[in-house]
Amino acid sequence: MSLWEYANPRKFLTTSERLLPWFWGLAGLCLVAGLIWGFFFTPDEARQGATVKIIYLHVPAAMLAINAWIMMLVASLIWLVRRHHVSALAARAAAPIGAVMTLIALITGAIWGQPMWGTWWEWDPRLTSFLILFLFYLGYIALWQAIDNPDTAADLTSVLCLVGTVFALLSRYAVNFWNQGLHQGASLSLDKEEHVANVFYLPLLVCIAGFILLFVALVLYRTGTEIRARRMAALLARERAGA
Amino acid sequence: MPDLGKYGDTVLSAYGVSIALLIVLVGLSLWRGRRVRSALAEVEERAKRNG
Repeated sequence: MSLWEYANPRKFLTTSERLLPWFWGLAGLCLVAGLIWGFFFTPDEARQGATVKIIYLHVPAAMLAINAWIMMLVASLIWLVRRHHVSALAARAAAPIGAVMTLIALITGAIWGQPMWGTWWEWDPRLTSFLILFLFYLGYIALWQAIDNPDTAADLTSVLCLVGTVFALLSRYAVNFWNQGLHQGASLSLDKEEHVANVFYLPLLVCIAGFILLFVALVLYRTGTEIRARRMAALLARERAGA
Repeated sequence: MPDLGKYGDTVLSAYGVSIALLIVLVGLSLWRGRRVRSALAEVEERAKRNG
């Protein structure tokens, strides 16, 4: 069996409908368990006090903000090279999810930053690249809406996605590149010296799993919606041509 | 409810905004999905009737 079989819209729909209940269920379970664990059963941090509890939303949302764009990049490249409509529609379906994740990361970052840094916002490399990434998400969504021909829209948004990838990567590595600004380095790292203490780390992993599962469920569901919307547009066009 | 000390408003507002945004995202996705599904069923039915 080849992965390209799922480029067939019918095959994609039947497979995703079978998988979706599992993804919705596991996402809900991990999110509820991780957030309850993090919020109610972890201690305050010595320097940050109770604000450390924001990590369970801020870090998973920020991770997905970047990785949603990377997923869109892969789907856009598949569209540009192999012209599979499902991949273009999957990229379109993922954009609003990535935008919401970026918004959550920006808002929770500002709320967390105010008591810790004494400011809601700073033109720090990571914060600034995240804001630009959010604007790229809005531009990408607007471009899809603005163009009637779906293939032209897929072409142009794919090119925009390639350009925006620079900011998705900058958002991730800005702290390392410039080594300045208020934002600290990675909270999660394979280097045990670098990542947060285990008492925060384990519930954080559960929350990250929940966010990833929710992302997958939403992408599958929304891609199905885009496939149906495209089929409906084709049928309506045929109806108008026949009238 | 854990004692959040002087950061109560900070933590609760971060959770409130994030959870609200997630609920809106899931809700709107499901709402549009159902709407498109029923509209497509209607159009397919019409196409079948008209041959």
